[in-house]
Amino acid sequence: MTESKDIQVKEKQEVNASAEQTKPGPTFVPVADIFETELEITLLADMPGVKPEDLDIDLRENTLTLAGEVEPPEGAEETDIFREYQTGRYFRQFTLSEVIDQSKIDAKLNDGVLRLTLPKVEKAAPRKIMVKAG
Amino acid sequence: MRIRRMFNTPVWGWKTPFDELDRMRGQLDKFSEELEKGLLQRRWSGVFPLINVTEDKDNYQVRAELPGLKTDDLDISATGKTLTVSGERKIPSESKEVNYHRREREAGKFSRIVTLPNQIDPAKVEASLTDGVLTVVLPKAESAKPRQITIS
Repeated sequence: MTESKDIQVKEKQEVNASAEQTKPGPTFVPVADIFETELEITLLADMPGVKPEDLDIDLRENTLTLAGEVEPPEGAEETDIFREYQTGRYFRQFTLSEVIDQSKIDAKLNDGVLRLTLPKVEKAAPRKIMVKAG
Repeated sequence: MRIRRMFNTPVWGWKTPFDELDRMRGQLDKFSEELEKGLLQRRWSGVFPLINVTEDKDNYQVRAELPGLKTDDLDISATGKTLTVSGERKIPSESKEVNYHRREREAGKFSRIVTLPNQIDPAKVEASLTDGVLTVVLPKAESAKPRQITIS
């Protein structure tokens, strides 16, 4: 993957909700990068239009939930000329296999990109057990 | 629009002409709904970024979702009837020791020209970038604005 290639257009993926929605409007899956080092798991998600106060991150029993609300950016007296993308809330869930140190989770939302750092719980140093003959 | 049948008393073995009309109307409604959906979905150009254009009395508004872009990464220019948005989306590479589970976000260059329905005033175009959403406000040229005509 070279840095200078042309970016391809990608339509926003709508969520196939298993439960019925209670609020009107579409829900989209944010695209994400996830990578891991020995110490932590980092998640980057594109959520354009979400303000930091409208983003909800929840980690419960290995399930990480991202939910972001988006206010329609159009003013009241604006009428559509043409529309190529829709706006709506974002929702995505991940299952984490590692145990996460909940107290050290760090989330930043800059220019519509969420950066979530999930530090792994420090593993106890391996202990050698001596077996005595007897 | 669905219209409720007026004569809905159940009649055994007897179909009124209204039943047939109702059925046809239902099918037509469904057909036009599907047609509309298909047209709306196809109305995109396949060029990054996807844009929405709206208008109000004095301005056109062009919006695009560009998460992670800084103002320096963007190049916007406007002439009489067109707006050009180009730039590069950079995703800074992480340190070497990381292992990726998912890599869905894309980096790269882009360039897009939007033709507006009418003349604009290029000197007064304003652009802003908040929360990864670009908004360009293009004031309509005086000649393109509807003029109120007073009857003397």
